[in-house]
Amino acid sequence: METLTLGKSLNLGLRRAMEDDSKVLIMGEDVGKLGGVFRITDGLQKDFGDERVIDTPLAEAGIVGTAIGLALRGYRPVVEIQFDGFVYPAYDQIVCQVAKFHYRSRGKVSLPMVIRIPFGGGIGAVEHHSESPEAYFSHTAGLKVVACSNPSDAYWMIQQAIASDDPIIFFEPKRRYWEKGEVDTAAPLSSAYPLHSSRVLRSGGDATLLAYGPMVRTCLDAATAAAEDGRNLEVIDLRSLSPLDMAPVFESVRKTGRAVVVHEAPGNIGLGAEVAARITEECFYSLEAPVLRVTGYDIPYPASRVEEEFLPDLDRVLEAVDRSFGF
Amino acid sequence: MTKVERAASRRGGKRSGPPEPEFVQLLTPEGERVSHPDYSVDFTDDELRGLYRDLVTVRKLDAEATALQRQGELGIWASLLGQEAAQVGSGRALRKQDMAFPTYREHGVLYCRNIDPIMPLGLFRGVDQGGWDPVAHRFNMYTIVIGAQTLHATGYAMGIVKDGKVGDDDETSEAVIAYFGDGATSQGDVNEAFIFGSVYNAPIVFFCQNNQYAISEPLERQTRIPLYQRAAGFGFPGIRVDGNDVLATYAVTRAALDNARHGQGPTLVEAYTYRMGAHTTSDDPTRYRVASEVEAWQAKDPIVRMRKLLEKQGIADEAFFAAVDEQAKVEAVALRERVLSMPDPDPVTMFDHVYPNGSPLIDKQRAEFETYHASFEGSH
Repeated sequence: METLTLGKSLNLGLRRAMEDDSKVLIMGEDVGKLGGVFRITDGLQKDFGDERVIDTPLAEAGIVGTAIGLALRGYRPVVEIQFDGFVYPAYDQIVCQVAKFHYRSRGKVSLPMVIRIPFGGGIGAVEHHSESPEAYFSHTAGLKVVACSNPSDAYWMIQQAIASDDPIIFFEPKRRYWEKGEVDTAAPLSSAYPLHSSRVLRSGGDATLLAYGPMVRTCLDAATAAAEDGRNLEVIDLRSLSPLDMAPVFESVRKTGRAVVVHEAPGNIGLGAEVAARITEECFYSLEAPVLRVTGYDIPYPASRVEEEFLPDLDRVLEAVDRSFGF
Repeated sequence: MTKVERAASRRGGKRSGPPEPEFVQLLTPEGERVSHPDYSVDFTDDELRGLYRDLVTVRKLDAEATALQRQGELGIWASLLGQEAAQVGSGRALRKQDMAFPTYREHGVLYCRNIDPIMPLGLFRGVDQGGWDPVAHRFNMYTIVIGAQTLHATGYAMGIVKDGKVGDDDETSEAVIAYFGDGATSQGDVNEAFIFGSVYNAPIVFFCQNNQYAISEPLERQTRIPLYQRAAGFGFPGIRVDGNDVLATYAVTRAALDNARHGQGPTLVEAYTYRMGAHTTSDDPTRYRVASEVEAWQAKDPIVRMRKLLEKQGIADEAFFAAVDEQAKVEAVALRERVLSMPDPDPVTMFDHVYPNGSPLIDKQRAEFETYHASFEGSH
């Protein structure tokens, strides 16, 4: 076991994937000499060379589009989009091309690509640096979408994503890059928890909190606070946003009868709506209250001096739990 | 270049020394006035002193903003250090009716448009995202997404044509300038802007400040040919100017803008310069470039050469230089005080201006937000 930050865990996971498979490439803006603006690829160009860790021209559509060609040629590109708000020039390539190659070829080709996107707010950044665009991609058939929330998952999920033949949008909670946790780096990849599965991180019988990425920490803290008031909250990290792994969620909600979904992205037509609908479809007679959502508001991400008022926090999560118990 | 060097250059091999690009220069780093067959402009003594004052002031204000960021008063700052001449020269070349579309680094252009320098600091402090009227100020809000504004600028220029505002009268005909950097030239948006500008013969100057780096990536990651030469492929002229020479930048930009307003279409101006500081205050340039390179550019400083010129021509004395420094300091102190007194926005205002016609969804969330926050009042 090693104690690592989430960012360093990603770095080590990438390193291990590159060691394990010579076809793995890293591409992006400033990923080489600089090691990325968050240093997630730090030292990789030095050790693997600039043929495998590629500083690209400043063009996101170009990065993803050429990664498609490299994938057709047998490589496994791992693309870094520098910030969430900069992915949109590549959106056409991702939605129209990455998502559809396998289907259009009737399965004759796959695009084993990973598109890494640091996402979410809370770092005091200027606009376009704090967004949560996961629903856009989760809505697109042909893409798989995952989000890690802690160092151990970061280490394993990035390797699993690279090893997968599916194109995967890999969301990294940028404000948690510096949070530390235990990682068993010596274990074999095959022993890791399955990539497309949700996971119960804290058991409790009174209500279920559902989150992913940066909001998992918020929900765990909320559960700790609720326990002091005698309420035992179960916290589930969804981890895979498309496909959703709902079985552990259904099991939990049948037990607790109450569910609150939490994400930073705006609520309107968001992941929370999908999760709530599925729970209602499957657990209707177990529910003591409607499934509630705690999300960012349906406004453009605001100026950083008020972002803490925009982002779900411990108080808003607990207030929603209170409301759930009010039914 | 020798044949061998040319071949090496084509292959991307190492050149024997630093590139010495061909560019329009009217003032050497040593402060010598030189002539150019196509670009000449007669500056009055007052104008020369004014340009010097601009250069010194925008550098001082920029340094103050960097200090404010270091002290936690700004979230981030994108410094223009080293690019003062490119910005002052082009900014002063604009006529009052012209429209500018900046990136997020054009503080010097903004100053030269006689706009209050406090205006963009709300964005960097995190209290707003611009908040000014781009049309009223003839200066668009800063654009952070790389290159996007070049298309907006082109569309605005297309509108000038539709309005019949292209013509021979320099006092009423309009032109647009779109700012972007070397990195942005790789973006699809910028290349599409070139195409639209060309096809519609739009009155626009594409002004590229080639400061040699896109965060950590040197120019070689974006191009194999000099950037100004790209214009030929799109069907309009491209010209490179010494971006550390305020006189040449002024002359080239003024000519390009006037050509545009007269109906001769776009020009790409590549202002060859250098980002002396970090990309932003979040960046550490020592990770990707060597001190000797920075020192070589230090010798081409835009302000030093202008001061030498004024001294050689005997049109400014020590008292003048001291007064300029003092005035810049006064303006910087005033800016600092205004930043420190800039209030945080009332959080509920984040629900304002999402739609011109409003939205029931936003109204509901605003009401819930207010109720939620009211529930905390009196609980302290």
